[in-house]
Amino acid sequence: MKAPPFQYHRPQTREELGALLASLDNAKIVAGGQSLMPMLNLRVLAPDHLIDINRIPELAGIRETVDGIEIGAMSRQADVLSSPIIRNQLPLLARALEHVGHIQTRSRGTIGGSCCHLDPSAEQPAICAALDAEFIATGPNGRRVIAAADWFHGLLQSALDDQEFLEALRFKPWAKGHGYGFAEYARRHGDFAIAGAAALLEVDGTSQITRAALVVFGVESSPRRLHKAEAGLIGQMIREVAVAPIVDAARALDPMEDAHVTADYRRHLAGVLIGRALRDTCSILERSQ
Amino acid sequence: MSARYFGAAVTRVEDPRLLTGQGRYVDDMELPGMLHAAFVRANMAHGRIRNIDTSDAKAMQGVVAIYTMADFVAIAQGPMPPMAPHPLLPAPITYHPLAEDEVRHVGEAVAIVLADDRAKAEDAAAAISLDIEELPAIADAALACEAGAARAHSNRPSNIAATLKTGFRNCDAVFAKADHVLTERFDIHRGGCHSMECRGVVASVDPHSDVLTLSTSSQSPYMVRRHLATYLKRDESRIRVMTPDVGGGFGPKANVYPEEFAVALAAIKTGRPVKWIEDRQEHFVATTQQRGQVWTLDVAFDNDGRMRAIRGHCIHDNGAYAPYGLILPATALASFPGPYALEALDLTIDVVLTNLVPTSPVRGACRPNVAFLLERLADRVARHIGIDRQEVRRRSFVRADQMPYTTGMKARDGSPISYDSGDYTAALDLVLDKIDAAGFEARRAAAAESGKLLGLGIASCVEDTGIGPFEGASVRVTPAGKVVVSTGASSQGQGHRTAFAQIAADALGVDLNDVTVEAADTSKFPLGMSTIASRIAVTAGSSVELAARKVRAKAIAFASNKLEVGEEDLELEDGAVRVKGVPGLNVSLSEIARTLAGNVGMSLPGGMEPDLAATAYFNSNALTFAYGANACEVEIDPETGEVRVIRYVVVHDCGKLINPLIVDGQIRGGVVHGIGNALFERMIYDDAGQPLTTTYADYLLPMATEMPRIEIHHMETPSPRNPIGVKGAGEGGTIPAAACVISAVENAMGPNGPFIPLHPISPQLVVKWIEMTRSTARA
Amino acid sequence: MTQAQITFSLNGEQHQTTVDPRTHLADFLRHGLGLTGTHVGCEHGVCGACTVIVDGLPVRSCLMLAVQVDGCTVETVEGLAEGDALSPLQQAFSTHHGLQCGFCTPGMLMTLEAFLRATPSPTEQDIRIAISGNICRCTGYQGIVEAALSVAATRADSP
Repeated sequence: MKAPPFQYHRPQTREELGALLASLDNAKIVAGGQSLMPMLNLRVLAPDHLIDINRIPELAGIRETVDGIEIGAMSRQADVLSSPIIRNQLPLLARALEHVGHIQTRSRGTIGGSCCHLDPSAEQPAICAALDAEFIATGPNGRRVIAAADWFHGLLQSALDDQEFLEALRFKPWAKGHGYGFAEYARRHGDFAIAGAAALLEVDGTSQITRAALVVFGVESSPRRLHKAEAGLIGQMIREVAVAPIVDAARALDPMEDAHVTADYRRHLAGVLIGRALRDTCSILERSQ
Repeated sequence: MSARYFGAAVTRVEDPRLLTGQGRYVDDMELPGMLHAAFVRANMAHGRIRNIDTSDAKAMQGVVAIYTMADFVAIAQGPMPPMAPHPLLPAPITYHPLAEDEVRHVGEAVAIVLADDRAKAEDAAAAISLDIEELPAIADAALACEAGAARAHSNRPSNIAATLKTGFRNCDAVFAKADHVLTERFDIHRGGCHSMECRGVVASVDPHSDVLTLSTSSQSPYMVRRHLATYLKRDESRIRVMTPDVGGGFGPKANVYPEEFAVALAAIKTGRPVKWIEDRQEHFVATTQQRGQVWTLDVAFDNDGRMRAIRGHCIHDNGAYAPYGLILPATALASFPGPYALEALDLTIDVVLTNLVPTSPVRGACRPNVAFLLERLADRVARHIGIDRQEVRRRSFVRADQMPYTTGMKARDGSPISYDSGDYTAALDLVLDKIDAAGFEARRAAAAESGKLLGLGIASCVEDTGIGPFEGASVRVTPAGKVVVSTGASSQGQGHRTAFAQIAADALGVDLNDVTVEAADTSKFPLGMSTIASRIAVTAGSSVELAARKVRAKAIAFASNKLEVGEEDLELEDGAVRVKGVPGLNVSLSEIARTLAGNVGMSLPGGMEPDLAATAYFNSNALTFAYGANACEVEIDPETGEVRVIRYVVVHDCGKLINPLIVDGQIRGGVVHGIGNALFERMIYDDAGQPLTTTYADYLLPMATEMPRIEIHHMETPSPRNPIGVKGAGEGGTIPAAACVISAVENAMGPNGPFIPLHPISPQLVVKWIEMTRSTARA
Repeated sequence: MTQAQITFSLNGEQHQTTVDPRTHLADFLRHGLGLTGTHVGCEHGVCGACTVIVDGLPVRSCLMLAVQVDGCTVETVEGLAEGDALSPLQQAFSTHHGLQCGFCTPGMLMTLEAFLRATPSPTEQDIRIAISGNICRCTGYQGIVEAALSVAATRADSP
């Protein structure tokens, strides 16, 4: 299981990276390598060129800006998980990262890599969808900001075109004291989730829900926001939230099927997990009311 | 002689090397001029080889040679010799080192590429064009038995390779007068080996001595030598086989493999050392797999639940070849009647060929299958009558006062099998006490309060260990007074070196650190068998004891002569033979060794033979029977179907323990393997025989976060069948574990839940069962 | 394929050498440098046998290219012992029988070494999670967990 031969490139700057992407055919970017290297070793992929972007310092880092919290695409999952900025302002992301892989994979794996690779069961893209993250991409035509709603182009397919790279993710934190919940089911700790769900709620002074986000992942080929169900939550009292319609909404998705797991089971899990995520979210808010 | 070390939990002598990265596994070896091999393997389950086009590959950088079977014709040809000849397999069903005409499972090797490094060998292998005419493949053993099924081997009219039968007394008569008869069908999945070190071999021929040397990650160096000698028509004295450190064996590394032969042939043909290291993808398709069987069993029992007789039929999935003969299915028959005093038995196994990776013994062979069958039947009987599961056991077990108990079964050599010792009911009582079975219902109710289903499982087993005919050992004292133990027995992590050193150190009164053990080198010890079937502590351990006793006797005779003291007044302590109560009056072992090494012209004193050394073979085919009772608790999340084993208690009797630390480690590792079989490990093939689970993302091995602490309580009934009173312990953890976990899952779902006759189970299956159970309860 | 030059620190010693870019770090350590203590169990990033420490963090060395350790600090199992003496973690593995065949052991050691440096007072569950990316087929994990707990307890007693 040795990787097939390739030409190795190690750009030092974003400009060098852009130039390489513009000039090379059949090139793959290696970020954390936790998804790409297994594919190379298994000879599932045979790129002619490997572009190692681990030495471009501007691509990493977690910063508070006027437009929100910016996480460089090359930020290691371990660093995002332990960042006080993330824990305080994007606690749902920190919670989800506890379920991402293992201590060894988080040392190298990057949030940007996960969000470009887009495994359907990946947690980080799902949280980006829940938080309406903005994806900042750079290409030959300059920089563009892609909304989360436009990021997912299908199974393992992001909105980036061949010559673009992801620079950073930008998040606008939810109001201080917001409620959040995360639930996934995997056979073993750190495994790819069979299904997962996350929820975010804000309430006003009268305990009414003013804002809601619900996402289910690992069920369809991309994470799925439950917009109608979210709209239905607005105005409900936090102590009297109707969970059943949310569960039904999750069960209305069209789940993937494979040799291990039936569509029915995934559908069933989607309902169970969104219910758990929502109940946990309500509990957080109830305690603080 | 004091037993200072025997029975003590000494830390292992193997550890410092392994902990500091100084282990020497086969891939750690480098020889000058060594070539690296990669195999080209069939990517379809059944086909006829039309052409193998190596022209592009041969021209690639770093490629030295590419061989198919035809290239070896001047050295050797034909199928490999069978490992375990059996009268029911007159024409053995073995691999060729490289497939010649027909490939019969995905992964079968058809060509070997030799290059400067493995990466280049793989590049070349990818450039080889395999023209294989696809033939119909049969991927299901039950379907393979039907008329008109695709033939696994195109030249064999039937997929049934052999039919094995066993039994005793008149089963039909017992069934005819039984109070109750039930029939159940069981489905036990195969799964894989997955030692953390894959297989590997380095072969080289010394140009001066013409000795062919293999270092191979194997459990059977002497079998590799024997069969290579036969195949190559080369005397065993010109073949040396060694096993270096081996990163886990678990059974499949006991086989002799086509790759070992192909690498040897390549080394002979190129005149250069050749190394092949199996990678994990290959392991999924080229290393033998576990025990897939479908059983239909009838059980006859009394109104009070006493089981009287069992009869039935098994379809055994042997895969595409039978490299290990019929040993695996034979262990299924031989493990009956387990701990049960059955009046009669009548079993038939059809050994079926399929176009899947072959199966051979893996940790327990088919003993875990039999434990599963018997324990599920006992639970089934209890459910039918409406009594406690334990009561069926108490009424049906062989009783302690019946020991030694002749079961009615026959051993491989035809002799009657009798259990030497054991108290199965006491073991069961003890494990129920240790898991606090009495308090279980309260725990179940508490779990239900928080929405979880709790279940208690039990399983008992008997395990034949120490199968013969022999292993051997020599013990020598060096002129410096150190002790060297030499044996043919190979190790894959069982701590044999430590155990043997403990035995020898006790016998000779030396410090443990003054004993070294050499093992598993055919040039250093003449004969050996195989490390399998929980046999080495019994056979090789006993051999070390017997050889050490001879050395001890010789040292005492020498000292008695020299000190003019009666032998009965002498003891061995601190590396010397000394007079009891007068330690100052002694002769050191080193002096005895030096003297018996001789000086020119000087007769040896007392007419003694040279060399303070002895060799012994513990030669006995009398099996000795370990046994145990396990209990566990599982917690089920009814919404996700997740099953967690939260408690696991083992009561185990493997006779005397040489080293409790090592025995406990074997039991724990074995239990976790069994839990993996029950809940996680599924090797999936599609209908065309394509393996679908070929990475660790798909094939789930048990990890630390899902495994419980395992409590162990030992009963030590010394075995009367060997000089050290031990019974084997390597597989006893695995044998009842899957049965125990499944019993617990069934118990968790309550009396309206399904009877579970299969494993592995999955969360989605559990969810379905719970839904069914709830609708049954509502109806 | 053109070779790449790398400079890195390995178990406290500086190294400068050239590597074939497609060689992964585990193969480079084992066959390029002869440090065969790091083992290859699956080569697709699940079994953890290849775990080493790079810049203080545990990583799967089969998923890093050798060329990527340029400028880095690398620690392998060969660097754990203190001269001739086993480190406390290594000693604890032996005391608690946390190894049998030894193949997963270097990966377990390096994972726990890095983990215990960062988390000095772990619970049993923390430890099991820390090694949830390391497969052992021999021990059933209990001896490994007990070894790590005992090291943590000793460190807690002597801050």
